[in-house]
Amino acid sequence: MSTQNHENPASGMARFKRFWALVDVRNKEFLRDHAALAWNFLFPFLIVGGFGFAFSGNSQDFFKVAVHGSATQTGAAEFFETKYIQFIPDNDLGPMLEKLKRHQIDMVVSSGKYWINSTSPKGYLLERLLIGAQKPTAGTTSSVPNSYEKQTVEGREIRYVDWLIAGIIGMNMMFSALFGVGYVIVRYRKNGVLKRLKATPLAAFDFLAAQIVSRVFLIVGVSAIVYGGSHAVLHFQMLGSYWDLSVILLLGSLCLISLGLLVAAMVSSEEFAGGLLNMVSWPMMFLSGVWFSLEGMNPWIKKAANIFPLTHVIEASRKIMTEGATLGSLGFQIWILAILTVVFLTIGSLTFKWE
Amino acid sequence: MSTPSILEVRSLTKSFKSPAGKVDAVRGISFSIQKGTCFGLLGPNGAGKTTTIEMMEGIQKPSGGKILFHGEDLGADFKQRSGIQFQSTALPDYLRVGEVLNLFASFYKSSVNLEDLAKRCRLLELWKRDAHNLSGGQRQRLLLAIALVNDPEIVFLDEPTTGLDPGARREFWELVESVKAQGKTLLLTTHYMEEAYALCDEIAIMDQGKIIAQGEPNQLLKTHFDGVTIEVPSDDFKKATGKLPFPVFERPGSVEIPTRDVEAVIQFLMGAKISLDRIMIRPRTLEDLFLQLTRKGGSPA
Repeated sequence: MSTQNHENPASGMARFKRFWALVDVRNKEFLRDHAALAWNFLFPFLIVGGFGFAFSGNSQDFFKVAVHGSATQTGAAEFFETKYIQFIPDNDLGPMLEKLKRHQIDMVVSSGKYWINSTSPKGYLLERLLIGAQKPTAGTTSSVPNSYEKQTVEGREIRYVDWLIAGIIGMNMMFSALFGVGYVIVRYRKNGVLKRLKATPLAAFDFLAAQIVSRVFLIVGVSAIVYGGSHAVLHFQMLGSYWDLSVILLLGSLCLISLGLLVAAMVSSEEFAGGLLNMVSWPMMFLSGVWFSLEGMNPWIKKAANIFPLTHVIEASRKIMTEGATLGSLGFQIWILAILTVVFLTIGSLTFKWE
Repeated sequence: MSTPSILEVRSLTKSFKSPAGKVDAVRGISFSIQKGTCFGLLGPNGAGKTTTIEMMEGIQKPSGGKILFHGEDLGADFKQRSGIQFQSTALPDYLRVGEVLNLFASFYKSSVNLEDLAKRCRLLELWKRDAHNLSGGQRQRLLLAIALVNDPEIVFLDEPTTGLDPGARREFWELVESVKAQGKTLLLTTHYMEEAYALCDEIAIMDQGKIIAQGEPNQLLKTHFDGVTIEVPSDDFKKATGKLPFPVFERPGSVEIPTRDVEAVIQFLMGAKISLDRIMIRPRTLEDLFLQLTRKGGSPA
């Protein structure tokens, strides 16, 4: 029988060929598992679509006005007694104006000044009320100039779905990384696929690297499709750069895949792996800010949530999408994700066993 | 022997810790395999065959003793030069036959022409078939092809035909014969004495971690047996009373009488008024030897 000689197995080319064959195989497995593949796309679409529909009606009955400093002493006392307006005292003007830009509040009143969002109908109505409350009283001749000077900000309203999309992409990434790598490796170990691979000259490092790269491709691909598809229907906001978002998603998927590898290295039973992965993923699901903001929660819970990589992935991508943040301002999240990746990957590959 | 030894084990031992205490799975076995031959490792379940073959493959680490390939310890190069078919092997999900062969070929520095290999293992027509949708025989042929993908010098086959129907088993034997004809060395473990007899040049019978008999199949039969076996249905044999003048082995539904003096046994049976209509006289087989040595076939009645 004729023999085909490849290059020396230690050479870069042969090693890459071996590595690429494994990546290709893992990709094919993913793409040919039609039920799981459909679920990977359908699940996030269903959630985003469902929540987009559920929150499409404006359920906010109250007008929200942030009151800064001694705003009420300028005049228009009647305005500050209007029913159905929630007045929120606050001393920090900057964040309030940010919230106004995002339509999270409808007006900011300070001493002698008021701000509204020029694209907000609620802001317009509140402005009419404020001006009405300042009208000169009957009998006076001269018109009293408005005591409050008008200022405007601009910015699109942040709907729940705009806020949610980063969480859903992050959550999908987490499940795909943990179960698609961690669980699959444990299954391969249990059913003997790893034992068969161990009997070949394949190095553990090459095998693990191929699993990571294949899953990163797939997660980034699926995230791009979910993002594109949701955007086409829901037109959510993207204020930052796609490059920055891609970097965060890439780093986030690396970190979560490494966590999956760590679980796979420690566990040999499929049932235990399933339990452990659920134990890791469900707290992240609820405490990493997928569904709701952790603002106002118990400070201990907020601190605890910081140990979850998903918290930082979602926070960073949400800041890019809804606030236009750049990588330069996301150093904290990037460092945490990078450190966690190195820690998970080091422990995972050092403790990895074929059998 | 004149032919050089390709693989040799010396005083090989393997112990495991278990909740019940230390288990000695392999207790100091030694043998050598000559180049170009098929060596059979036989034994009942739990005899230590798979532990032995896995130590020789480099999958398990021995507790003691030596394994020498061409007279030297198994080096990093051994995996490049050996091929393995495990007792049970799972393959990555959703892969086709051709893709499985390509994947395994990519792990080695040299590989055979995959089309030739597939043709020889009769897998060419199954090239695009999902590897999980193969019949038992087709699957074993694929696993053998994987073991041969790197053109190995020695091929380990661990119970390759367990669970196959007789037709598929014979087909597999033909394939193994063709591998042997290429000059490859084979180490085979099996439960089937017929298989060992058909394929092996030399066999070693293991029981409780030790080799209890070793040699060429025919030579072993000659050494241990000189005569025939007379089988009598159990129902008929019940009529025999008193002390029997020969050893008798009980089998399900029959008794077996190994003997060198057929006439004496026949006369005894006739004297005991046992019908000769249903008796069977046959040469003694490797299976008889195996059962006798490993004492799994019952004890003299």
